[in-house]
Amino acid sequence: MKIVVCVKQVPDTKGGVKFKPDGTLDRGAMLTIMNPDDKAGLEAALRLKDQYGAEVTVITMGLPKADAVLREALAMGADKGILITDRVLGGADTWATSSTIAAGIRNLEYDLIITGRQAIDGDTAQVGPQISEHLGIPVISYAEEIKIDGDSVVVKRQYDDRYHMIKAKMPCLITALAELNEPRYMSPGGIFDAFEKEVTVWGRADLKDLDDGDVGLAGSPTQIAKASDKVRKGAGEKVVPESPQEGVEYIMGKLAEKHII
Amino acid sequence: MGLEEYKGVFIFAQQVDNKISSIALELLGEGKKLAADLDTKEVTAVLIGSGVKGLADELAAYGADKVIVVDDPELKEYRTEPYTHALASVINEYKPEIMLVGATAIGRDLGPRVSAHIHTGLTADCTSLDIGDFPLNPIPGKEQLHKQLLMTRPAFGGNTIATIACPHHRPQMATVRPGVMQKAAPDKSKKAEIIEFNPGFTPDNKYVEILEVVKAVSNVANIMDAKILVSGGRGVGSPENFKLLDDLAEAIGGTVSCSRAVVDAGWKPKDMQVGQTGKTVRPKVYFAIGISGAIQHVAGMEESDLIVAINKDEEAPIFDVADYGIVGDLNKILPDLTEKIKEARAAKAN
Repeated sequence: MKIVVCVKQVPDTKGGVKFKPDGTLDRGAMLTIMNPDDKAGLEAALRLKDQYGAEVTVITMGLPKADAVLREALAMGADKGILITDRVLGGADTWATSSTIAAGIRNLEYDLIITGRQAIDGDTAQVGPQISEHLGIPVISYAEEIKIDGDSVVVKRQYDDRYHMIKAKMPCLITALAELNEPRYMSPGGIFDAFEKEVTVWGRADLKDLDDGDVGLAGSPTQIAKASDKVRKGAGEKVVPESPQEGVEYIMGKLAEKHII
Repeated sequence: MGLEEYKGVFIFAQQVDNKISSIALELLGEGKKLAADLDTKEVTAVLIGSGVKGLADELAAYGADKVIVVDDPELKEYRTEPYTHALASVINEYKPEIMLVGATAIGRDLGPRVSAHIHTGLTADCTSLDIGDFPLNPIPGKEQLHKQLLMTRPAFGGNTIATIACPHHRPQMATVRPGVMQKAAPDKSKKAEIIEFNPGFTPDNKYVEILEVVKAVSNVANIMDAKILVSGGRGVGSPENFKLLDDLAEAIGGTVSCSRAVVDAGWKPKDMQVGQTGKTVRPKVYFAIGISGAIQHVAGMEESDLIVAINKDEEAPIFDVADYGIVGDLNKILPDLTEKIKEARAAKAN
């Protein structure tokens, strides 16, 4: 079985968020990590590899420094890494990103594609389902459990008040939640091997069946009108009462003032 | 693509078990507001399912001028492919200017597939929509387009807010966060024009098989409908100690909710969770009890009319968004507060 896992290098949002003057992210200026949902997707792929045997290829699109997340994935146990990087691919929205990654995946053999549900920078949850549409294969979003059954996968898929057990013929695409599992750590041997294993770098010219009008900022249907730090409502009153009773009196006073009681 | 051919505001009228989801009514309310600023004033609901035609009257009452019904046995349970085919076919046939979908577990699966299929942009999880100019201010050498859909959404876990346009593709598509837009007051005398449309459904490799549907047995009131929420965090200390919150909620006529830490600890089910990976709520009063106030939590409750926080940590970030913050021990404050509220309500009843 051949599994392709899509991962994204994302800014660690704890380090603060920075923008370029055109409103797009200044990714170069921020610390980075492997996106948590993607890491869960990778762990799911590695567990399938442990259980059924599989070749796991990790693919990412980003700046050259995104090589770091591929090395981390290889150190965790993935077999191959592919980095799609090219200046003309930058500034892509989800449509252009998914078109580009789908074109990269068309260069590969695959039975199963696993992506994270969403990245912590954009929070869109769109790229996985959009890749599946571009490739013409089924998608199962928000996987909670994944099993292989012959030439099909059986996935537990959560909705608001229910779950579906869904069976889909491979090839198909699954999106994974960070809650799916606890990703393994890189092993010392794995870290050593990660720098021996192959990372293939593809540029625009390596991607076939892809219009120039479908990539990068120019190929993005959505455009940013403005982006800014969120302006929050300021803090109200804060009291440190001498006793619990005083605290209760304070709350009662406010609730009465607002006609809540 | 002749963009001017695309007219009107369409909303995806999500139904589950042939019951209209609340988000569909919220989208109708918002759609009406947007349509008022466009040349075509109409709002059209797209109703997809099996045996769902009877639901059209409810959509009409909440503001739908037209209802396009796609009714087919293949559409009984939500599945990505037949629903994508249904909605994409409706869009290709009727060419809306704007297509709104709820940012629910269904909508955030359906929206991306449809947008990729018909080649248009999609803005995820919007919290505000407006009609306006793009670019917002004139830029020399660049045409300023008018009457564009401006879609505003939080990103980076609520740290930033971005406004997005889709100037050269139609429809302009957005998924919209549940619980944010206002429903119109229903008017049962209103009727909608019903249009039945079936593009034909031929199962192929993309049609998955649903082996089993398991509904969660939940007696939990929907926290998104509550006027008063009594919400607990890790600081409550134990699942048993939520009794203090249950008592307060009962006394004041509220509902108990919680933070992600409480769900992760297994103390409460996921459908009680407020926050970015839970539900967005905006009750009249939100009691944040033993909740530190991580940004992901705040993103889900900061629109509440009144926020009262009780926390023993004076530095807890929840105090930065609370209207009234009390630094103190919830174990000592809550029982007394519950008693005082009971007394006050009893006194009022007399």
